[in-house]
Amino acid sequence: MLTKRIIPCLDIKNGRTVKGVSFVNLQDAGDPVELAARYSGEGADELCLLDITATLEGRSTFIKVVEEVASAVSIPFTVGGGISSENQVEVLLSRGADKVSVNTSAVKDPDLITRLSKAFGNQCVVVAIDARFTEGKWQVVSHAGTRATGIAAEEWAKEVCDRGAGEILLTSFTADGSRKGFSLDITSQISNLLPIPVIASGGAGKPAHFYDVFTEGGADAALAAGIFHYGLVSIEEVKSYLDKKGIAVRFQG
Amino acid sequence: MKQNIKIVRYGAGNIASVVNALSRLGIDAGLAACPADLEKADKLIFPGVGHAKPAMESLKLTGLDRALKEFSRPVLGICLGMQLMASSSEEGNMKGLGLFNVTIKRFSGKEKVPHMGWNSIRGLNGPLFERLSEESHVYFVHSYYMPRTDFTAACCSYGVEFSAAAWRDNFFGVQFHPEKSGYTGEKILENFINL
Repeated sequence: MLTKRIIPCLDIKNGRTVKGVSFVNLQDAGDPVELAARYSGEGADELCLLDITATLEGRSTFIKVVEEVASAVSIPFTVGGGISSENQVEVLLSRGADKVSVNTSAVKDPDLITRLSKAFGNQCVVVAIDARFTEGKWQVVSHAGTRATGIAAEEWAKEVCDRGAGEILLTSFTADGSRKGFSLDITSQISNLLPIPVIASGGAGKPAHFYDVFTEGGADAALAAGIFHYGLVSIEEVKSYLDKKGIAVRFQG
Repeated sequence: MKQNIKIVRYGAGNIASVVNALSRLGIDAGLAACPADLEKADKLIFPGVGHAKPAMESLKLTGLDRALKEFSRPVLGICLGMQLMASSSEEGNMKGLGLFNVTIKRFSGKEKVPHMGWNSIRGLNGPLFERLSEESHVYFVHSYYMPRTDFTAACCSYGVEFSAAAWRDNFFGVQFHPEKSGYTGEKILENFINL
């Protein structure tokens, strides 16, 4: 049986993992390669590495991190942050990344999704959708949540799917950092609407939240950063909890 | 024993993960881009992601299609590599290498496509799965699958029962990614190396 995936996310700035809420008040959380190896050993099903550096120098440091993570871990990982061209994707995939995620650049240039999917196959194109509940509906926000786009989240999700996204990483900026649970309504709406897998993100605080997002939320995978980095809950604890509640998860063979 | 393991490079997808996985096992694998590169190889790994049709065309262009079919030592096709070993595929009406007499089909049930993530395999048969237990989890990413055949060496279910692995003589194919399947995948690659 296909298992539900637990994906820790590492925000990387200038070659270091950082932690904070919605990119504010960042603190050092250690060496990304060590952290990636540790999470992999603890049963992470995939990893997500997000480059939050804005400088050119930071970008080349990030590529080095990607290369080192690829040689250290034997599970798949997605890389994202500031990706806006086929060339960047080519470089990241050739250094060992399995998938790339595009976000703001896809909102600005939706055709990017089509081009990437054609060039590299939809299996490696993850479209990250950041959504916030405002004025009675879920809207897409861009630029790390700082700009409202006025686009309805469901409509955008449908479009990215039609354009060849292989997977959607749906982050609720309404729930992000709250530790009160994932936004189940929008997750389930999008997951039920689309024929591609949906990774839920934002709001994880305890194992029960993962159970909720896999059942009521209909998510195929769940991503979390803070709770794992701060050691509030371990991946093993989340998986044991899910296993006891009858959700199919993978334990290391 | 120092082995000469070569990874077939034919422009279909990225081989960095396979190189890395072998290097974690202490194997420094070379690349094979034309038939002459295959001559000294003890074993071949035949990876692939992307679309079947251009991949097959690119194999033909270099003559690697014939060289692969005639290769007499162990070959391991991974993901699209396995699918190209079939006689044909619904993807772009591709005509494959014909090593496994079966047609690759597209998932058409209510399940989400691609089949992406960790799924369990069973009915494990043959030397690739030595020391592995039934229901081990491995990592899959694919939209097309090889139906069950006489050559099926492991099964997986995702709406339908399909071949997670196939085996005939010196030819092995796995639909999943052993290079991305943690310890389980490592053992499978090790078993292949130890053949």
